[in-house]
Amino acid sequence: MKKIEAIIREERLEAVKKALEEKSYFCMTVSEVSGRGKQKGIPLQWRVGEYRVDLLPKLKIELVVLDEDVTVAIDAIVRNARTGETGDGKIFVLPVEGVVRVRTGDKDENAI
Amino acid sequence: MVRRKNILSTMMMSFVALGLVGLLWVLYGYSLGFGADKAGIIGGLDFIGLRGVGQEPSSVYASTVPHLAFMIFQAMFAVITVALITGAVVERIKFSALLVFSALWLTLVYSPVAHWGWGSGGWLAKLGILDFAGGSVVHINAGVSALALVLLLGRRRGFPQQPMEPANIPLVVLGAGLLWFGWFGFNAGSALTSGGLAASAFVATNTAAAAAAFTWMMISWLYRRPTILGTVTGAVAGLATITPSAGFVTPLAAIPIGILAAIACYYSMVLFKTKLGFDDSLDVFAVHGIGGLLGMLAVGIFSSLAVNSSGADGLLLGNGAQFLRQLLGVVAVGAYAFVVTLILGKLIDVTIGLRVGQSEETVGLDLSQHGERAYGGLLR
Repeated sequence: MKKIEAIIREERLEAVKKALEEKSYFCMTVSEVSGRGKQKGIPLQWRVGEYRVDLLPKLKIELVVLDEDVTVAIDAIVRNARTGETGDGKIFVLPVEGVVRVRTGDKDENAI
Repeated sequence: MVRRKNILSTMMMSFVALGLVGLLWVLYGYSLGFGADKAGIIGGLDFIGLRGVGQEPSSVYASTVPHLAFMIFQAMFAVITVALITGAVVERIKFSALLVFSALWLTLVYSPVAHWGWGSGGWLAKLGILDFAGGSVVHINAGVSALALVLLLGRRRGFPQQPMEPANIPLVVLGAGLLWFGWFGFNAGSALTSGGLAASAFVATNTAAAAAAFTWMMISWLYRRPTILGTVTGAVAGLATITPSAGFVTPLAAIPIGILAAIACYYSMVLFKTKLGFDDSLDVFAVHGIGGLLGMLAVGIFSSLAVNSSGADGLLLGNGAQFLRQLLGVVAVGAYAFVVTLILGKLIDVTIGLRVGQSEETVGLDLSQHGERAYGGLLR
């Protein structure tokens, strides 16, 4: 089992969700995050000065899938989150040791 | 009512109307609206720079208050009408385009129409078309112009598929509360002096708002749940609809007027936004355009000379002629506002462009047009 952590642009969420749904991946956690990659941030105005905000709003999608589903899931995310501009995001794949479904107590593969 | 990234932009468009129209009105806007009549169409330049507008009452308008008081009262109507239009074009209009449009629209649409309906010698007023506080001059004018701009501008990117939930409904409710309160100044104040008529208009205004708010809440409940967003929208629809008739109808007539306002505006909103797909983002046409239209016609149905001897009797008292006059007023203002706005909008679009670029719209107007964030902080 693997956990996919995908940092994407906020406006790509609907498209990515839909694409994952189409591949039957419904379960996910989404959080609002701020971060930076190579994007240099944006200048903001305050009275007569300027200050730079270099941590930009993004969304983090986390989902846990079976090993054999990792490639399909990542492909769905990439195809729908990519715009070609700097700031499209990054995806990380982590190993998962165990999963439990709270309602039933199902474990590991049965809980995905 | 907009997404977080456009909160400041939306408020700015209304606030800047105070700045821009506040200036232009005292310089020449009031004169064009209320100056010496020229062929019933426009006022003259006799009040340019407030020449002849002093502390003594005007000999023509509002003889119980200083002329300056009448002028500044009228200024508020001018400001709000311009601000009203902006609700339809939020989240995608270019700020510079809006400024240019507002200045031109005030000059070529608002002041002339104000003259027609309220200026001494204005052709609508001379024909006996009644508009107590601005059903045509403000609401139809703004609502129809908003529609014209929506047609030119197009939908927001992602409308209607992407979620565009209001970012701050408590602020909307607060705003609606301020509107409900301020509208007493608008409607009761249009009696131009304290007394029986002002009181009557005051009660009619509050009653229409209450009836409309309650009715919209019930319609919303029939559909799914009684939402607060719907309830406050209903109140505003009631306020808009009672505006032309507040000082001509009995306070009790405000009940059917308010109920009809909620029904008509609700279903107009559904028709235009959901069924026909026009992205009038904050429903300016559905609430103010249709509300104003209904309100003007309501004058022709419910008005009574017993309430206001300077008004008329309506359909319910056996006089059908007033209804026809009101209809003429509606068509005249609506057609003029629509056509001129379409022309102005198109002109601005082909010169400086009406709409922001794609990435500017995506990152939000607060950042792209104003370099600010509504809720700044360390992270977000």
